[in-house]
Amino acid sequence: MTHTLLPVLIMMLIAVVVGVVMLALAWFVGGHARTASKQEPYESGVPSLDENRKRVNVRFYQIAMLFILFDIEAAFLYPWAVIYREASTGAQGMFLFGEMLVFIVLLAVGYVYVWKKKAFDF
Amino acid sequence: MLNTLWLIPILPFAGFLLNGLFGKRLGKGFVTAVALLASLGAAVAGTIAVVQYHAAYPTGGLHLNLVYNWIASGSIGADISFQLDPLSVVMLMVVTWVGFLIHLYSVGYMAHEDGYGRYFAYLNLFLAEMLVLILGSSYLLMFVGWEGVGLCSYLLIGFYYQTDYAPAAGKKAFIVNRIGDFGFLVAMFLMFAYFGSVDFAKVSSIAAAGGVEHWLLTAICLLLFLGAVGKSAQIPLYVWLPDAMAGPTPVSALIHAATMVTAGVYMVVRSNALFRLAPGAMMVVALIGALTALFAATIGIRQWDIKKVLAYSTVSQLGFMFIGVGVGAFTAGIFHLITHAFFKACLFLGSGSVIHAMSGEQDMRKMGGLKSKIPITYWTFAIATYAIAGFPPFAGFFSKDEILASALNNPYFPKPFSWLIWSLGTVAAFCTAYYMYRLVYLTFFGNFRGTHEQEHHLHESPASMTIPLIILAALSAVGGALLGWPHHHFLAAWLKPIFPEIGGAPEAQYEISPNIEYALMLVSSAIAVIGWWIARTRFRDRGLEADDQFARNMPAVARGMENKWYVDEAYGATIVRPLEGLSQFLWRGIDALIDGTLAIVGYIVAAIGDLLRFFQTGNVRNYALMFFLGVIVFIWVLA
Amino acid sequence: MNWNDMIYILPEVILTIGASAMLLVPVTGGRGAKLSAKWMMIILLAITAGALIYCSHAVENIDQSRQLQAMFALDGFSIFFKLLFIGAIAMLVMLSEDFLAEGKYSPWEYYSLLGFALCGMMFMASGVHLITIYIGLELLSLSSYILAGFYKSELKSTEAAMKYFILGAVSSAILLYGISLIYGVCGSLNLLDIAAAMSTIVTNDALMFGIMLLGAGLCFKIAAVPFHVWTPDVYEGAPTPIAAFLSTGSKAAAFAIFARIFYTGLHDFHLEWNYVLATISALSMIIGNLAAITQDNVKRMLGYSSIAHAGYVLLGVISLNALGLRGILMYSVVYVFANLGIWATVLMLRRHQYAGERVDDFEGLSRRSPLWAFAMVIFLLSLGGIPPTAGFIGKYFLFAAAVQAGFGWLAVIAVLMSAVSMFYYLRLVVAMYLREGVEAEFAITTPLRIVAGICLVVTLALGIVPSSLIDQAVLSSSHVAAHAALTPHAGR
Repeated sequence: MTHTLLPVLIMMLIAVVVGVVMLALAWFVGGHARTASKQEPYESGVPSLDENRKRVNVRFYQIAMLFILFDIEAAFLYPWAVIYREASTGAQGMFLFGEMLVFIVLLAVGYVYVWKKKAFDF
Repeated sequence: MLNTLWLIPILPFAGFLLNGLFGKRLGKGFVTAVALLASLGAAVAGTIAVVQYHAAYPTGGLHLNLVYNWIASGSIGADISFQLDPLSVVMLMVVTWVGFLIHLYSVGYMAHEDGYGRYFAYLNLFLAEMLVLILGSSYLLMFVGWEGVGLCSYLLIGFYYQTDYAPAAGKKAFIVNRIGDFGFLVAMFLMFAYFGSVDFAKVSSIAAAGGVEHWLLTAICLLLFLGAVGKSAQIPLYVWLPDAMAGPTPVSALIHAATMVTAGVYMVVRSNALFRLAPGAMMVVALIGALTALFAATIGIRQWDIKKVLAYSTVSQLGFMFIGVGVGAFTAGIFHLITHAFFKACLFLGSGSVIHAMSGEQDMRKMGGLKSKIPITYWTFAIATYAIAGFPPFAGFFSKDEILASALNNPYFPKPFSWLIWSLGTVAAFCTAYYMYRLVYLTFFGNFRGTHEQEHHLHESPASMTIPLIILAALSAVGGALLGWPHHHFLAAWLKPIFPEIGGAPEAQYEISPNIEYALMLVSSAIAVIGWWIARTRFRDRGLEADDQFARNMPAVARGMENKWYVDEAYGATIVRPLEGLSQFLWRGIDALIDGTLAIVGYIVAAIGDLLRFFQTGNVRNYALMFFLGVIVFIWVLA
Repeated sequence: MNWNDMIYILPEVILTIGASAMLLVPVTGGRGAKLSAKWMMIILLAITAGALIYCSHAVENIDQSRQLQAMFALDGFSIFFKLLFIGAIAMLVMLSEDFLAEGKYSPWEYYSLLGFALCGMMFMASGVHLITIYIGLELLSLSSYILAGFYKSELKSTEAAMKYFILGAVSSAILLYGISLIYGVCGSLNLLDIAAAMSTIVTNDALMFGIMLLGAGLCFKIAAVPFHVWTPDVYEGAPTPIAAFLSTGSKAAAFAIFARIFYTGLHDFHLEWNYVLATISALSMIIGNLAAITQDNVKRMLGYSSIAHAGYVLLGVISLNALGLRGILMYSVVYVFANLGIWATVLMLRRHQYAGERVDDFEGLSRRSPLWAFAMVIFLLSLGGIPPTAGFIGKYFLFAAAVQAGFGWLAVIAVLMSAVSMFYYLRLVVAMYLREGVEAEFAITTPLRIVAGICLVVTLALGIVPSSLIDQAVLSSSHVAAHAALTPHAGR
């Protein structure tokens, strides 16, 4: 097992070495002029307006998470649609349709829950 | 009765349930009645069973009473099944009747204590578990009882929970015993794995049939003996027994002298078929027994707590029993177990009566001259002392003499080893006589050294306490001669059926030529007399002065004896503290040390480059890192 | 596959519908919110259990390893565990009542999450396909993370949930990686197909890699060393009923999949993985028990103790014989009941500012409630494996299995460590019996009393008359055992 994975190890080592070497080179070769504007994050050349490390309202994350959740679950419909097209005859088709219905109902339960919990309200 | 043997342990168990659940509400009268009836019931039921057994099996066969199938699954099985054979009969009689006497005594002794109901509930539970231990027909059931009596012992040692030392002593007893139990359990698994059974009868017939590998027998025997060492307080696990005196005195008499602590001896005798085939293991048993007998006896010489003296004396006497079973004189071991149950129970109950009279005082330095104040206690105590010191014709003389004679003349060991065991035992016997008479003279003779108030309160104990004393004293006086007169040995004949014929192993009951035996009897008697005489000249008139003189002449020895040869301290330094340290280390090690090292690693990494600071969010990171390290280690091990 | 196949998962379907409905009750308001959440949950559990029993009779004669596209098996093994889970959750519902009444948190959401967790556990028990098992595990884990953080305003609880979540996610990733490697080599995720594929393989690094990663992920779930670090922290921080859940039901479910995967799927590589697992088991027993000795916080102590118990159960996996499988089944039952009893006591003592968390809080219990203290002793003895309690029977089987499989040294460690475990179990007994406690009222409520009573009766009954449990375990394990233990290393 050691030999089969040895190339991987070497690969990882090379990656680390290359990274370190490049950073080290930049550090030693480059100049070090620390001015105030150099310490600022790059904002497309526009001066920053205020602190860039400020707290973001937790609701922001909440919305983001809920979006991802429902978005990805909705994306689930695509593969189902492909299979459904192939096998949508007779009882089997009804079964597949029913299954997706169950899925959507479960999704709806979650949706109703977050809605009623006022997770979308600001 | 023979087919309802389970009734015998059930009776005291019912007593435990009644007293444990309702004792507090229904009052002392109820508790007393239940406890006494339960223990008397067990004794009577046991006696009926024994009579029926003798009628049914005049030659001493094995009676099995299957209650039900406990564990049954493919290759492993175990039954709840009780048995009667000559050995169980002997133990049954000792345990139930001595147990009943001590219950009776407790009624008087505990009359003014808090927790009366609790006390009797535990005592009844103890009796039930002890009966399971001696009536069970397999090592497994024996183990059930073994653990049960351990639990009760621990609860009773810690009975005076208000004190600091009692709970600690209880805990110590339990923990030390667990070390022994470990041996017992592993032995049981070995038997299961190689013999396929843990029934006494099956194991013993498999061993007797021959063909079992020698290392296996030796391993099983040594592991079983490890269990016995814990339960029966032998070197190096004896440390719990002296501390166990923190419990009420009747408990010391019943559990820590007469019955539970002898379970180890019973177990070795029960396994005689295995032990006889493993002479190496027997050598260990005999040597440990002899060393314990002497070692504990020397400690007993310089203790001032009356119960501590008796506790070390018990350890020492248990050592004698192990000499007996170790040299293959199983009968002598059981014989000494019985006589010891009589005289040591009597001594403990007597000391309880003394303590009762002294309003709770246990220090012999504060006693003296009690002979005339509590005459019944004195006389019974004196008789029991004759017995333990080995004066003919008291009970202890016959059993101890038989053990020492067998030690010298056994067919198992080379002569020098036998001589070693014998001489250790003989010196221990001398010490026994000496410290027992020291105790008697310091307690009952001379001038009263306690406070005026204590003197004012001195009184003889009530009848419920003196009657058991008288009965036990009588047994201590004549029990030995009745059971085991040399060459007309009732006990030997009775126990004969429990020793199977084994090819290649010596007889379990070997003859000793009368001349040697009589010579050794003379030696034993002489030693008892010398021990008594020295103690008398030193302590009878001069009292404590003699002890002071001893401390002046041999300060190092005196200090060593006083401090129990510093064994507890040594254990503390070598085992307890490192173990606690290890536990701390593992806990800190996992929660903090690894955290810490990883944090240090983290700092180093962080110092190298701010790049990695990104990950430093808290110690969850360390956990995750550890997780990955674990995975990597296992993959590495595998590759 | 068609609608008729749904009969196999009927209990799970019912449970899902019920749990979803319970989730919606508080937010939609209406008349439902006035009902008692606790009783609704109990009724739901009862219906689920009834459906389970009905289904088990309805599908008796079908080749059970091939149900639902070979993903799901309704066999004796799974029914055994499912009933255990339902029982455990029912008792947890009882335990949680006071806790929920105290905090101002919605019981409906709480019970609904418990319902989803149970659903995950039931899928785990039935899974014969790594995907089913994984989905069940994730459902259980996600519900557990939320439940661990259920005290939203409590910093400790949030921290516990966070730790548990992050580490759990890591372990899931590792598990999934292992599963994918196994799939890559064996070409299937059905355990029987995996076993069949493996019987033709002599050695394969990727496969070994996969097995190890899978094992590591599972070891996290049962909290075996060195994947155990989260346990004490999470048990300490999580709300007590949830700690109880994590250490009993959730753990038993992990035992179930551990047994199923290794017995049915990976038995051919027994010689490769058994020593690794044996090391893990030995380490778990040693570190868990020794570290527990110095704990003053009962919840942490129970955390370490549960690490040690994971080590004992691993003996059953390592030995890979019929005895070991029975041992796992029995030990799961025994462990769940004894542990729940102890947690009930901790909860009872909980009232005054987290009282029951320290060993001192047990002081004087024997005088205030002798029966309860007695029950507690029985539970502790059971965990310590002392006869005649049920714990002894469970350990007896596991240790015997190890001896039979030639792992005598491991059995010796196990026996030694059970002896050591008495050190710290005894601390509680000492506190209860041999110390004078402060005079404080305990909150002995009826639900707690019922739970402790059930646990006491079960622990004693299974110790004294264990034959019914043994017979059941033999019956339930026979199907799984038939695939593995009786033909070890068949193809190699």
